[in-house]
Amino acid sequence: MFGLKSSSLFSDTKKLEREIDGFVDILSEVGLVFKSIVPTYLNHSANGKFDEMVEKVKEMESKADKITKEVEHTLYEETLIPDARSDVLRLLEHMDELIGMYQGNCYHFSIQKPNFPKEFHQDLIELTETVVNCVEALCLTVRSFFRDIKSVRDNGHKVTFYEKESDIKFSALARRIFDSELPLDQKMHLRYFVEKIDRICDQAEDIADEVQIYAIKRSV
Amino acid sequence: MDISIIIFLLGGLFLGWSLGANDAANVFGTAVGTRMVRFKTAAIVCSIFIILGAIISGAGTTETLGKLGSINALPGAFAACVAAGISVYLMTKAGLPVSTTQAIVGAIVGWNLYTGSATNIKVLITILGTWVLCPVISGLIAMGFFTLTKNFILKRKLHILRLDAYTRTALLLAGAFGAYSLGANNIANVMGVFVPISPFTDISISSFFVFSSKEQLFLLGGLAIAVGVFTYSKKVMFTVGNDLLKMSPVAAFIVVISHSIVLFLFASQGISNFLQSINLPSIPLVPVSSSQAVVGAVIGIGLLKGGKEVQWSVAGRITIGWFTLPIIAALISMILLFILSNIFNLTVSF
Repeated sequence: MFGLKSSSLFSDTKKLEREIDGFVDILSEVGLVFKSIVPTYLNHSANGKFDEMVEKVKEMESKADKITKEVEHTLYEETLIPDARSDVLRLLEHMDELIGMYQGNCYHFSIQKPNFPKEFHQDLIELTETVVNCVEALCLTVRSFFRDIKSVRDNGHKVTFYEKESDIKFSALARRIFDSELPLDQKMHLRYFVEKIDRICDQAEDIADEVQIYAIKRSV
Repeated sequence: MDISIIIFLLGGLFLGWSLGANDAANVFGTAVGTRMVRFKTAAIVCSIFIILGAIISGAGTTETLGKLGSINALPGAFAACVAAGISVYLMTKAGLPVSTTQAIVGAIVGWNLYTGSATNIKVLITILGTWVLCPVISGLIAMGFFTLTKNFILKRKLHILRLDAYTRTALLLAGAFGAYSLGANNIANVMGVFVPISPFTDISISSFFVFSSKEQLFLLGGLAIAVGVFTYSKKVMFTVGNDLLKMSPVAAFIVVISHSIVLFLFASQGISNFLQSINLPSIPLVPVSSSQAVVGAVIGIGLLKGGKEVQWSVAGRITIGWFTLPIIAALISMILLFILSNIFNLTVSF
C-alpha cells in the first residue's frame, strides 16, 4: 500500500521467522553433535566417525553464518523491527560465536589429539553434557525472547543454573587432573581442553543475560 | 473571482499549511519517527484522508465555530487566520506542541472583541470544556487500549517479527483514521471562518451530485493541509517521534489510535445523533486539539506504567502553552484587524 508492500512485508516476515528459528535449531543441533563427539573421540576405535562429525559441525557452522548474513541484510534493507534490530543482530552474532566455539573445540580435539586417561573420561563426558544442557536452555531463552517474552526470565535462570553446574564440574575435573601423576605438560594440555569446553557455558550465560536485558527493552 | 478574495483566502491556506506541518505530525509522528512507516507513505495516506475527512465530515465542527463568532467580512477572516497561523508558528518555535484549534478560537474571540461583536459564552465554555475533556478522554482510551493490547500480545505469543508487521499495518490504518478525523475535526479551524462569506458557488454535476461551496472551501483547505504535510511535517514528525514521544512502536500505535478516536468522537455527527436518540448527552461537535489528544494519550500510558516516566515539568509547560496560545492569537488578531482597518482602510466586519 503506497510504497509499503504489505504482501512482501508479511512474506519477508515469515521467511525471516523461519530463518531465525533455523538458526537456533542449528545451535541446538551443533550442541547435540558435540555431546556425541566427545565420547566418540575418547573411544579411539571410532576415529572415522569422529572426523565425520567434525565435518558435520563445520557444515552447520557455515549454514549458520549464511543465515546471519541473510537476516542482517533483510532486517536492514526492509527496515524491520527498528527498535530491536541491533539487539537481534547482536544476539545472532553472539550465538554464532557460540557455534564457533563448539567448532573450535572440535578442531582442537582433531588437531591436538589430547590424551585423556580413562579415569577422566566420565567426568569429561558429564562436563560436556552440562555444557550442552546449558546451551539448550539458552536456545529456549532465545526462542522465548522472540515469541514469549514472559518466559525469558525462567529460561534464563536455567542457563545460570547449568553454568554453575559446569563451573563445579570444571573445577573438580581440573583438580583431579592436577592431583594425578601425569606429567605437567599433559596436565596443562588437558586443563586447556576442559577449560575451553567450560567457556562455552560462560558465553551462553553472557548471552542469556543480554537476552534478559533485551526482553526488558522489548516490553510494550 | 476578485483578486482580493484570493489574497484573503491565502490567510486560511497559510493556516492550513501550518496545520498540515504541525498537527499532522501528531498523527504519523511516532510511526515515522520510529521508522515504522516511511515518510512518503505517511504523507500520501495523511493527505488523502485529511482531504476526505474534511469534505465528508467537516461540517459539524464548522457549525460550532461559526456560533462562537460569525466573522462576516473577508478581511476579518483573513486577520483571524493569519493571527492563528503566526501564533502557532511562534509556539512551535518555542518547542511547545500546540494546535491550530486553540489558536483559531483565540483569534475569533479577538475579532469579536475588536469589532464589538458578542462572544457566545455558552459555546466558548463548551469549547474550553472539551479542551479539558479531550486529553482526559484520550488518556483513558489509551490506558484501556494499552492494557488490552499488552495482554493480547502476551497471550498470543506473537513472534517479534510478526508483531512488527502487524504494528506497521496497524499504525498505517490508525494513521489513516487519525488523518480522516483530523480533517473532519480541524478543517473548521482552517476554513470555518470563510464559510459564511464563501466566494464559491455550488457546482452541480448532473442532478445527483452537488459540490457545494462549503465543500469546495474544505477541498481547498484540505489541499493546503496536504501541502503543509509534504513540505514541512517531516522535521516535526521526527521531532514528535524521537524527542517528545520516545516509546515502543506498539505504544506509538496506542497513542495514534487514542488520538484518532477522540478527534473522531468530537467530529462525528452520526455518533452525536445516535447518543441523542438514546437519550444520552450528545458529544459537542467541537474542533479539539490533536496535540492535546496525543499528550493525553502519552500521559495515560505513562500513568499506567507507574507515572515515573512522565516528565511532569514538561507536561506543565505544555499545559501553560495551551492557555497562552489563545490569548496570543487573540492579541495578534486584534493588532492585525487594527492594521487592516486603520492603515489599509478595509472593512473587517459588517
